[in-house]
Formats: sequence, structure tokens, C-alpha cells
Amino acid sequence: MDLYARRILTNRVGIALSMVAMAFGLAALMWILWTLFYNGFSALSWDFFTQDTPAPGSEGGGLRNAIVGTLMIVGVTTLVSTPIGILAGIYLAEFGTTSRFAAATRFVTDIMLSAPSIVVGLFVYALAVATLGGFSGWAGSLALSLIAIPVVVRTTENMLLLVPSSLREAAFAVGAPRWKVSLSITLRAVKAGVVTGILLAIARVLGETAPLLFTALNNQFYSTNMSQPMGNLPVVIFQFAMSPYDNWVSLAWGGALLIALLVLGINVVARVLFRKKSSD
Amino acid sequence: MSAPHSIHVGDAILEVRDLNFFYGDFRGLTNVSLNIAKSQVTAFIGPSGCGKSTLLRTFNRMYDLYPGQRAEGQINFHGKNLLEKKQDVNLVRAKIGMVFQKPTPFPMTIYENIAFGVRLYERLSKSEMDDRVEWALKKAAIWEETKNKLQQSGLSLSGGQQQRLCIARTIAVKPEIVLLDEPTSALDPISTAKIEELINELKTEYTIAIVTHNMQQAARISDFTAFMYLGELVEFGKTDELFVKPQKQQTEDYITGRFG
Amino acid sequence: MSEVAPPEAVDLHAARVKVFKLQDTVFHQVTLVFAFIVLAALVGILVSLAIEAMPVLRQFGAPFLWTDVWNVPEERFGALAAIYGTVVTSVIALVIAVPVSFGIALFLTETCPVWLRRPLGTAIEMLAGVPSIIYGIWGLFVFAPLFSKHVQPYLQSALGDVPVIGGWFAGPPIGVGILTAGIVLSLMVIPFVASVMRDVFETVPAPLKESAYGVGCTTWEVVTNVVLPYTRVGVIGGIMLGLGRALGETMAVTFVIGNANRIVGSLYAPGTSIASTLANEFGEADPGLHISSLFALGLVLFIITFIVLAISRWLIRRGTAKQGI
Repeated sequence: MDLYARRILTNRVGIALSMVAMAFGLAALMWILWTLFYNGFSALSWDFFTQDTPAPGSEGGGLRNAIVGTLMIVGVTTLVSTPIGILAGIYLAEFGTTSRFAAATRFVTDIMLSAPSIVVGLFVYALAVATLGGFSGWAGSLALSLIAIPVVVRTTENMLLLVPSSLREAAFAVGAPRWKVSLSITLRAVKAGVVTGILLAIARVLGETAPLLFTALNNQFYSTNMSQPMGNLPVVIFQFAMSPYDNWVSLAWGGALLIALLVLGINVVARVLFRKKSSD
Repeated sequence: MSAPHSIHVGDAILEVRDLNFFYGDFRGLTNVSLNIAKSQVTAFIGPSGCGKSTLLRTFNRMYDLYPGQRAEGQINFHGKNLLEKKQDVNLVRAKIGMVFQKPTPFPMTIYENIAFGVRLYERLSKSEMDDRVEWALKKAAIWEETKNKLQQSGLSLSGGQQQRLCIARTIAVKPEIVLLDEPTSALDPISTAKIEELINELKTEYTIAIVTHNMQQAARISDFTAFMYLGELVEFGKTDELFVKPQKQQTEDYITGRFG
Repeated sequence: MSEVAPPEAVDLHAARVKVFKLQDTVFHQVTLVFAFIVLAALVGILVSLAIEAMPVLRQFGAPFLWTDVWNVPEERFGALAAIYGTVVTSVIALVIAVPVSFGIALFLTETCPVWLRRPLGTAIEMLAGVPSIIYGIWGLFVFAPLFSKHVQPYLQSALGDVPVIGGWFAGPPIGVGILTAGIVLSLMVIPFVASVMRDVFETVPAPLKESAYGVGCTTWEVVTNVVLPYTRVGVIGGIMLGLGRALGETMAVTFVIGNANRIVGSLYAPGTSIASTLANEFGEADPGLHISSLFALGLVLFIITFIVLAISRWLIRRGTAKQGI
């Protein structure tokens, strides 16, 4: 085989392998989604949304308490992390171009984006659960906020840095003070991007299990009291999937499907929103 | 060599004296001195990177936004040096407005684009504000095109309209000086002609300083022209004199197209 | 227009400017406080873990790190088995994820038809968004049974007698175990690594690639001789990011690792990782040495991932900041 033929062959093999890798990735996604739908869809029923988690060994049941708990915990998380994340992001973009403190904060948020979430759970346990009298929905929200905030901070900062400097200058040029320029002009110009960041943060925390294990814990009964342990989908899925009861396992699949649909749905909305706005 | 600024410009509203400007260690302007005449149009020409935009941006302290940029010397405005630290930059910018190379409508309605700056320093009733918005849009010759869509986004206008909206926004706060930084370089010829016409009308009430790299434009619209090169003011004089018989060889080379 | 602005207008301006100054100061301080909260949270995590881990570090000292014992009734604890499981599963995950991610990134940037780039890229990013508990439940109910029935026996008969690595495939093929955890983990980190690799591949200037094509290089040669050397730093950063993710992942591992706190040479054997030990035991741990040991494990995990992620971030920054040739 001459040199040229060997080069062509190497190239073909390399490209074929890259296609195999791509196919492998897609196949994994399809496989996971398919089993999720196959096993989860049959669990979704009226009871699934209207009944509470069943006691060990009893028939039927649903995930109402866990769904409500997750919505409340994630809702509070969103309310807490949105203002903190946006204001910290504004600080980094507006005042933090040169300061060491800002560089350190940026570094820390980058680390927090990928830091093990279970460690955040440990921290909140030590900070709030052990000191303030037990597991609670609030503690769960606090843990999730620590995971959501870095996402919001970084997207806000990155979006603000994309604002053309001429727009900021134009706002300063009419004599506007800095806070007006930030809140009325630049932040408004990147509204879609910031909302995208918030949505991605929500999607991220919706499926987080580890930080809730020892903060919100779980609650077999319907409860809207954030000061008490609170049922939530991820922890219920974890416990039910590991259980020996068939109806529990089935509910775990249904919960997993529900979470996946919510997360993927939010991801799609975020993408569409961001793409539409950024093509203006 | 006689200092270029010593030419008589009549009633000076801005007096620039020995201005030096630095981007970090790089010197962007060297010993620039000139007077900006009240109610006249002063044009700044020169090849790219000659410092003409840099000079314009010292007049409203825009460089303050960027750490590492600093100016030394004097720019006197109503007897005060604008470059002094204690001078409030917001106030300077309300008095000395600026329009940029690319149109920069704020992400809000056409009405709000105008009202935003006005509200900063004046408390007007709804009807007074309506009047002011109309007045400014008329001044900028864009009222007819926008009067029926004041509640639409400023971004919905065409490029030329956006630029006139930006001019309207600038004059709505009633500044004394309007700085124009290559305001037509991103526009088509028809929009450019409209803006030039507008500048001609505005100069009766406002002092205008314009940076342009279009020499014909400078010749058409300005009363005084400053030619800059490598951060220095090479020649400054009445526009019709400077273009007809330039005093310096570099100026002549530039306006006859031998370089730049 | 009058010569000078009327005096009352000047006063109004001056008054407004004072208000603005105050508001700007408040704005600066408020945003600063919120940025500080973010910074304080991380420092808080480190400090609180260290405080809670103190009793066990005092009791056992540094040997806690390399002792292979986890005896709850007798209150003797060592982190070695959990560290071993964490590291081995992560290494397995990377051994699989790195070549696959490289292939995906290569496909997406070089060979994929342009109209397919966006949908396929989006699909990979979607994979990154799937919550890890879903990988876990899928691994437990779908992958592990199939793996034990159809793959593990063949691997064992094919590789079981090979010296050195034969021992890795010893023992009963029960599905759950270190190897399965590593494979599920690899599926989880592939999207992260692939996305970073794609991003850094896209920083290669087109003229550089075009000049290589210009001398007659094939796509494969361009990638191995131009793209990879050019993006080396960023690619390693992406791999480190994947490693950081894998080390700290809880749910994808806890379901399938088998949760046995001991070290066995075989990859088929059940094991544990730091994160899965925490997930399984923390809720029921008694106050005292047990819970303190778990905090110590968390501290170890946090420090390891912190270092890995810090290196990763530094490399990715360097890799994507490069502009021009």
C-alpha cells in the first residue's frame, strides 16, 4: 500500500470513529429517554398527581406531596437566588473589571458551578439543620440556592459583558448615574439572556437530589409548611427506586419522567427565548 | 511655530489647553490646545488612530469609564476645568451631550428613549414631558416618522432614523454642546444627507463638535476644522481657509489624498 | 437659548447630582454585599466542613486518609475505601469519556454537515441537562441487569486469564459494582467534556486550518497535527472539568456502585465512593465520630474537586483566550 492510500485510509478510519462516537452519544440519550418514557409513562395517572406517597406495603398512591414540595422548595430557591445572583453579577460586570475581590468571586463562582452538590448539602446541614432545629423545606431551599446562585451570577455577568460599550456610553452621555445605566439600560438590554440564566438555574436545581437528602429530608405526608421536613421528587425517587415494592418503583419512574420532562422543557424554552432575542 | 489654537474663533465655549491623554503608558494625545467656538460647528479630521475621537471623548469625560485612561491639562467650560477630579461627570455629560458612531437606541420605547434623559434632571408633568418629546423629535427632524408609534421600541426604526432618535435624545436634555463621533459612518448616503442638514439647523442653538473621516463632510458642514495626526493637533483654522490653502505640508498631503 | 442656564436650573442639577452620587454609592455597596455573599458561601463551606471534621481528625489524624476500615459499631473510620472507589470510578469514566467526547467534538466541528451541527450539538447539551438521578435509576434498572447478563460474563472469559488485568474481572457478575458505576458515570460526563472540546476546537483560526488543508492534509491530519496541538491546553481543561464532575457525582454512582465499604481488587465487586457513602449514611448517622467522619469525607472530596476544578478552569481560560495565530 502506498503512502497516499495509507493516509486516505487513516483519514477514513478516523472520521468513521468520530461518527461512531457521535452515534454512541446519541444512542445513549435515546436509550435513556426511551426507558424513561416506557417505564414512567404508565405511572402517570390522575392518582399520581392527586394522592400522596403510599406507606410501605400499601397499594397505589401518588406523588402529590412530593410534587408540591418540589415546587415550593424550587420556587423559594428561585426567589432567593434571582436577586442575589443578578446583583452579584452586576457587581462583577460593572465594578469588578479590575478588583482582586471580584476576581476571587469570579473564581469561586466558577468552582461552585461544578462543585459536588452533596457537599453543599453537608454545609447547609452544619449551618442550618444542626443549629436551627432540624430538617426543613427552608434548609432545602437554602442548599439549592447555593447551587443556583453561581449559575445566575455567571450568566448575568457574561450577558452584561456582551452589551456593546457604545450603548453604555450612550446612557452615560445623557448624564445618567451608574445605577440607572445598569438597571434601566444594560440590564434591560440583556433581559432575555438573564431570564435564560434563571431558567437554566431552575432546570439545574429541579433534579438535584444530593443536597436535599439531609436538608429538606422527606415527608411521607402532604405538607406546605416550609419549617418542617418536606417531601420532594428527587429524594422520593431515590428512596422509592431502591425499595422492594413494585408500586414504589413504578412511582419512582413516573417521578423521574416528570422531572426529566420539566428539565428538558425548561431547557428548550430557555434556548428558544435566548435565540429569538439574540437574533433581533 | 505659532500655537495652532491662537487663531481667533470668536466666543469660545470650550478652551482646551495643553491636553495630554494616556491609555495606560501609551500617549494618545500630545499637548493639544484649541478653542471650540460657541454656536459654530467644529470638525475634527485626520487618519484613523490620530486621536480625534480620543479628543472628543475627553470633552465629556467618557474615558472615565475605563480604568487606566487619564487626561492631563485643562478643558475650561464656564470658567471651570472639566478635567478636575471634583468635577461631577454626570453634570458635565448632561451639559455636553454625545452621539455615537453606531446608533445606540436604549432598549425601550421611542418615547422613553427621549424621556429617560430628561427625567434625570427635570421634574416635568405628563403634558410637559409630551411637549418636550415632541419638541426634541421635531428638532431632530424625525417627528413625522415617529409620531404615530411613540410606544414602539426604538430598535424598530431604521438605522438612519435610530441615529436621528439618538440626536433627539441628546438635545432633549438641552445641552450646551453636542459632540458627534462619526455620526454618519454607519449610515447610507440619504440618511447621511438628512443628518448633515440637521446639523446645519442645530448649530444656531447648540455648539457642535464633530469627528469625521469624511473630508467632504467636514468641508460641507463645519465652520472650523482641526486636522490631527499621531495624537497632535497639526492645524486648526476656519474651514474654508484650511481646505483652500493649508499652512502645513501634512495637512495639504492629507486633504489632497496623498496619505491616510 | 440664553447665554447661561438660569440659576434655578443649575441648582436643580446640582441637587440631583448629589442624590445620584448617594444612590450610586448605595448601588455599589449593595451589589458588593451580594458578591461578597457568594464568596463567603464557598469559604463558609470549607470552614464548616473543617470544623465538623475536627473530632475525627483529632482522633485518627492523617492516617484517616489511608486506613481501609469503616466500622460503625466500633467507631473506627478510615477514608481509603471511599477514596479508592471515587478515584477508580472516575478514572474508568474518563477512560471511556475522553475518546468518545473527542470523537463527538471532532464530528461536530469538522465532519458534520452544517445543517446538522446545531441540532446534534443541542442534543449533546441536552444530555448534559438530564438530572443525574435519572442516570442512576436507568443504570440500576436497565443497564446493570443487561450488563451482568450479556457483557460481564464475556469480558470475564475473554480477559479473566490475562495477567495483571485479569483480576479486574474476577468474581460474580452481579451488575452493580465499581465498573458499572464508572460506565454510567462516563455517560454523565461525556456531554460536559464534549461541549468544552467543541468550544475549544472552534477557537482554531480558520486560516490555520485552511493552510494545512492547502498543503494537502486530510481532515484527520489537520485535526491531529493542527487542531489538537493548538487546543491542547483547553482540551486538557475540558478533561479536568469532566474529572471534577465525576469525582463529586452522587446520584449516578450511588444507585449502581453497590455500597460496600471495602476495597476489592476486582472491578466487578461492589464498592463505595465518598459521595455515595455520604448519601447512604449521613441521614442515619449518629452524632459523634460517625457523623464527623462523614464530614471529613466531605472535606476530602471538596478539597480534591476544588483543586481539579481550579486547574480545569485555569486551563480552559488559557485555552479559549488564545486569539489569532
